[in-house]
Amino acid sequence: MTAYLIRRLVTSLIVILGIALVTFLMTHIIAPSPGRAILGDRASRAAVNAFDNAHGYDRPVWVQFGSYLWQLVHGNLGYSYKLNQTVDSLIAENAPHSMWLSGISVFLSIVIAIPLGIFQAVKRNSVADQAITAAAFTAYSMPQNFLGILLIGFLAIQWHLFPAEASQSERIIPYIFAFHSNFLPIATLTITAVAGYSRYMRSAGLDALAQDYIRLARAKGLTEPTVLRRHLLRNAILPMVTLIGLSIPLLLAGNLVVEYLYNSHGLGLLFINELGNEDFPTVIALTLLGGIATVVGNFVADVALTVADPRIRIN
Amino acid sequence: MTVSIGEIYEEVQPSDVAPEGGQIHGPRAGWKLALSSFVENRLAVAGAGIVVFFILFSFVGPLIYHTNQNSTNPINAFLPPSGAHLLGTDSNGFDELGRMMKGGQAALEIGFFASLIATVIGTLVGAVAGLLGGVVDAFLMRIVDVMLSIPLLFVILIVGDRYNGATVFSLSIIIGIFSWLVSARLVRGEVLSLRVRDFVFASRTMGASRRHLIYKHLIPNALGVVIVNITFQVADTINLLAILGFLGYGLNYPQVSWGDMLSNALNYLSDGYWWVVYPVGVCLVLVVMAFNFIGDALRDTVDVRLRRR
Repeated sequence: MTAYLIRRLVTSLIVILGIALVTFLMTHIIAPSPGRAILGDRASRAAVNAFDNAHGYDRPVWVQFGSYLWQLVHGNLGYSYKLNQTVDSLIAENAPHSMWLSGISVFLSIVIAIPLGIFQAVKRNSVADQAITAAAFTAYSMPQNFLGILLIGFLAIQWHLFPAEASQSERIIPYIFAFHSNFLPIATLTITAVAGYSRYMRSAGLDALAQDYIRLARAKGLTEPTVLRRHLLRNAILPMVTLIGLSIPLLLAGNLVVEYLYNSHGLGLLFINELGNEDFPTVIALTLLGGIATVVGNFVADVALTVADPRIRIN
Repeated sequence: MTVSIGEIYEEVQPSDVAPEGGQIHGPRAGWKLALSSFVENRLAVAGAGIVVFFILFSFVGPLIYHTNQNSTNPINAFLPPSGAHLLGTDSNGFDELGRMMKGGQAALEIGFFASLIATVIGTLVGAVAGLLGGVVDAFLMRIVDVMLSIPLLFVILIVGDRYNGATVFSLSIIIGIFSWLVSARLVRGEVLSLRVRDFVFASRTMGASRRHLIYKHLIPNALGVVIVNITFQVADTINLLAILGFLGYGLNYPQVSWGDMLSNALNYLSDGYWWVVYPVGVCLVLVVMAFNFIGDALRDTVDVRLRRR
């Protein structure tokens, strides 16, 4: 198992290195000389050259890549010339909001999707199962922005149940406790995630139900709740671990849409705003961060699966 | 990968397989079976119907329902639905129904073109990786790993922002060249598992050339997964396009996509102009759902054809 984990770790590191190469090349191709972008169209060529020289942008590409990596290893993600702030500080300001929003939504969607999927698998082809499947399919096929528009249109504007805007608190503690204001953003993220997860959970449940150990558990006289909890749930839950790890890019994209839609502080809104500002160091650093988050998520999911599933441990 | 006896027989001599339920299969029975199981699936037929409807709606509709989508008249802004404007007009005074047709054209065109580009690249990369194996395979698959880890939406937004001038053509290319990764993985997996199947061995033992193996065995058998994936890819692309338009990186004015319309609609959500908000959203959901239905059914069909039930 240790050998497997080490191999997995090395592959992850290689992929992260690859991501860094891609983001470096993106920076290099999209904004090769920040001098012109910062000093403006009317700056003299000499001034631009002097700026590039002072900041090392005239060095050979591979030297620049080396120094990029060196900075990354030391946790320096770059500098936003538009906001005159390090990207690190921007992330420190905005990340907690995004992490709370995604974290609570993933938690809620797991808590909802697992029992829902198991219920559907057990009551397969019943009216309830088909109704839930239809609802999940609709939510799954709905772009998050339209889901958000529906929620705002009905819950916020028509019935005045929740505000149409997320909490505007820049501090994280009040933001976390603003459940009423953040209800719609959390609901939007959760509904989309539940729609995806419950479909997998249902089919994982159906697969597990067809196994002999379920029949054995029933045959030896266990009560149905015990069968479901001890034998079905524990086995059916395994694919979910991987699925949650794999859904990180979708969560990031979801955060982008939801934070933009509800004007919530966070990395997604920062990305959109800085994209409009042509602040490429920031948006590319956020892309890098998203890539690393995805790799780390997959790695953690694999480790968790190894811990949870003895069959993988032995192999 | 387990190999059932049925699969080997299917390749060697299709007519030898015992027909089920008294049916008699001709040599093309595999495809007939696939077609009949597709038609049996009511959701798939509904999906196909919806897609056909929207193709007609978007491309034939404007020929029947003439609207002016080129010049605006602010006096006509936000007219409620009436005989002259069946779904009212939007903030610029454009006829909403006509605009939906135009947006539908963009969604379907970009959906198909981007998926086509993605599938061609993905199939080529996957086939090369699977067939050559070794260093080439490892290298290509690490590239796929890297690109799959980078959030697609972020990259497309950055590229779209830098090289603006979004047309149907340029957006198709941008989306296409960043979304071939899944099909590359699928095709590679399929090629790898097909290569070691008994019927391929049998064919090779009988002296089949590499060319014959590729054209007669690998491509026809891998085609199923590719086709299934195209369907899902179209759905994903249309969804992605809706989000791009919504975030302000959709098609350039006066072209329009459904996402652009939704983004515009958001500003008037509280004004009671329901006709600029909900119809276009419903179109989006219906089209994406229809492609998902077709994809699900096709996947079942392909599986059924392989397993021979």
